[in-house]
Amino acid sequence: MQDTKPTTVDNVVEMRHICKSFGTVQALSDVHFELRRGEILSLLGENGSGKTTLMNILSGIYFPDAGDIFVNGKAVTIRQPKDAFDLNIGMVHQHFKLVDVFSAAENIVLGLPGGMTINRRSLSKHVREIADQYGFEIDPEKKVYDMSVSEKQTVEIIKALYRGADILILDEPTAVLTPQETDKLFDIMRAMKKDKKSIILITHKLNEVLAVSDRVTVLRKGEYIDTVQTKDATVQSLTDMMVGRSVSLEIDRPAPTNVKPILKVQSLTVLDQEGSKALDDVNFEVNGGEILGIAGISGSGQRELCEAIAGLYPVTGGSILYRTVVDGHEVDENVVGLNPNELVKKGIALAFVPEDRLGMGLVPSLDMVDNIMLKHYRKKKGFLVDRKSPRKIAERLVEELQIVTPDVFTPIRRLSGGNVQKILVGREIDTAPRLLMVAYPVRGLDINSSYTIYNLLNEQKEKGVAVIFVGEDLDVLMEISDRLLVLSGGRVTGIVDPRVTSKQDIGLLMLGQSIDKEKGADAV
Amino acid sequence: MKVLNVIINLINAAVLAGTPLLLATSGEILTEKSGNLNLGVEGQMYMGAIAGLAGAWFAEQWFGTGGMIPLIIAVIFSFIMGCISGLIYSVLTVTLRANQNVTGLTLAIFGTGFGKFFGEVLGHKAGGFVAVGQETKAMFGNINFGKLTETPFIGTLFFRYNWLVYFALIIAVIMGWYLNKTRSGLSLRAVGESPGTADSAGINVTRYKYGATIIGGGLCGLAGMYMSMVNQKGIWVTDCVSGYGWLAIALVIFSTWSPLRAIYSSIIFGGLTVMYMRIPIPGLPTAIYMMFPYIATIIVLILTSIKQIKEHAQPASTGLNYYREER
Ligand SMILES: Nc1ncnc2c1ncn2[C@@H]1O[C@H](COP(=O)(O)OP(=O)(O)O)[C@@H](O)[C@H]1O
Ligand SMILES: [Mg+2]
Repeated sequence: MQDTKPTTVDNVVEMRHICKSFGTVQALSDVHFELRRGEILSLLGENGSGKTTLMNILSGIYFPDAGDIFVNGKAVTIRQPKDAFDLNIGMVHQHFKLVDVFSAAENIVLGLPGGMTINRRSLSKHVREIADQYGFEIDPEKKVYDMSVSEKQTVEIIKALYRGADILILDEPTAVLTPQETDKLFDIMRAMKKDKKSIILITHKLNEVLAVSDRVTVLRKGEYIDTVQTKDATVQSLTDMMVGRSVSLEIDRPAPTNVKPILKVQSLTVLDQEGSKALDDVNFEVNGGEILGIAGISGSGQRELCEAIAGLYPVTGGSILYRTVVDGHEVDENVVGLNPNELVKKGIALAFVPEDRLGMGLVPSLDMVDNIMLKHYRKKKGFLVDRKSPRKIAERLVEELQIVTPDVFTPIRRLSGGNVQKILVGREIDTAPRLLMVAYPVRGLDINSSYTIYNLLNEQKEKGVAVIFVGEDLDVLMEISDRLLVLSGGRVTGIVDPRVTSKQDIGLLMLGQSIDKEKGADAV
Repeated sequence: MKVLNVIINLINAAVLAGTPLLLATSGEILTEKSGNLNLGVEGQMYMGAIAGLAGAWFAEQWFGTGGMIPLIIAVIFSFIMGCISGLIYSVLTVTLRANQNVTGLTLAIFGTGFGKFFGEVLGHKAGGFVAVGQETKAMFGNINFGKLTETPFIGTLFFRYNWLVYFALIIAVIMGWYLNKTRSGLSLRAVGESPGTADSAGINVTRYKYGATIIGGGLCGLAGMYMSMVNQKGIWVTDCVSGYGWLAIALVIFSTWSPLRAIYSSIIFGGLTVMYMRIPIPGLPTAIYMMFPYIATIIVLILTSIKQIKEHAQPASTGLNYYREER
């Protein structure tokens, strides 16, 4: 409590000397933060650098161990979320805080003072007014469990605005949005800025930072690094500040060596829940020693494709042929209809990093050792499990992949997203697969962690593993893939060589249009 | 005509047997809506049963009169005793963050012992066994509606009950209205579904959890009083609650967490528990009859999980304790 006065009244929020630790983890130490009226400020930092923690302190979820907070020039104490929105601070959390069985309107009005009963008609009207003012689309009566992520996010933002928020915190809002939805969000943010509202944006996508924000504040490992004007910043300069040293932003693409077929998918057709075709007559091959990228607008069948290959999705037609060696002969074995366990028994070395890490990939409440053991215990015989070897693997992964964790016995839900992803990828690679499938492996990851993952994939490729990389960032896909398969509405619209194909052409394929043969489609 | 009479008599008996279930179920629904899974209902009912009887008995001694005063004291004592049991549960699970299942089961065992122990103590004090006077007993008997009761069909179907039957109905209706229509009810449901959401919306999670669990406990206490004062007619019987607390927990599931649906489900359950006396099937042991409510619960569980109606499911955070800084 050294200073008692803020430096300028222009700052709507000023945080000084903020410290916060969780057990032995020092999440923030002596952090400064300033937000000006009517600006969009990006808060940048690697996974686990304390961005969410700092914002949670501002919104009353966490209480700081030390430090001062000023709002509109006055020293304040924020003990609970209610104190925060009494100060007109609203936060949209990374993991939405919505009640699933409530409608949008009920979520919005939740916890607000007022009459004994709720006048639903006037509530819906007020919600629509706010929506119209900023250009949101919302159905106040729709239940949250029927909503897409972007609709849920809309509800969250309106919830904050309905409470009169002038200071809006958005924690990684774009991690789950499609590019179109992101553009719409940014338009809304600009409209709010015109309305003299101040916005704090947390994102890992540096091009978004450059596109929408006025200033950028950088944190690194719980410490305040600097604040710069966006117009003076570049992707490279921001990355260097975040990581603390100069990093190369080139993604390697080592030339494929020793290419040999591993997986052949023929006329694969699967149905979705409604019974329409989620995958329609899909044909392709994957070779050891190369990375096959899969591009497409989200929901074009990527998930079904990966899950079908992993034996997790029922197949209606076609075959999935996996090259195995039986009695010294190479044969193509059809694995359609086998479940993951039967695949393992057949000796098919397949590893899958699913999109939904904490739902499908890992058990959040278990520690690293146990999560690794889940994959490991079947290899060993005997009644008792062997905990020594998974522990060794865990410790090795922590070192090799620079996983930030107090120890290997911390439940992984306490770790930040990037570290969780490293554990999952590390565990899968450790099984020495011949086919490695990764779906959106860098979603929510900071730039440095993303590059660690790219390097891991390239290492596997050089070892002769066949890698399938389902991604959303077309630039990355084009840089890392040896061949790029484009899905549109469940059909393969092209398998192209990304070295010689333009981004525009791939964009057209993603929209389901064909491109001229001469221009490079089907060139491989 | 004879068949109709049998049916009406069965319905009468079902309603009478279902009323303590309705009270306890309403209480447990309120508790679970706050995210607290209190398995201690059986014990809470025992605590309410002995507190109610003891209250009535002491009131008779102190005031030297039966009737209204012992009735009021019995109601207040059993309700407060139930509230105290809810308070114990809340302190342990909300403030000290003890495991909810363990706490609930312990409360069930503790409350049962509490009731039986003080029942014996009271018996000694009363010189043999406890029994309230005729006047007090009459207060828990059927209400005299005069001619109305005689009206064929309507009278026999609707006006042959004690006051607690109508009271329990009103409580269930009020609770349905509270949960679905009021602002505070919305907050309570949010606490049970997603305490983190409620908290960040400025709702005092701790206060709601305490409030709902304590009032819910109070209702369980009243249900216990029903067992000792109505079912056993103001005489202490060691096994007076006899598993009704467990039935109430099953009934919460059967009525899919809705106090309004609990009204008819409690009558169905009440009917199932008295059926062995009314419609005996030769050769079918009573024990099998006693299983019917539980079998019905399992069937409802299966049906609701097939239909997957999200609104009919247990509040999502039931059984989990909340701590703001945990993730
Ligand atoms: N509730 C919590 N309990 C324990 N550790 C936490 C908690 N919240 C955050 N942490 C730790 O604090 C550090 C900062 O996390 P966070 O603020 O989420 O990072 P960011 O949002 O920048 O990715 C991480 O090491 C994380 O594991
Ligand atoms: Mg974060």
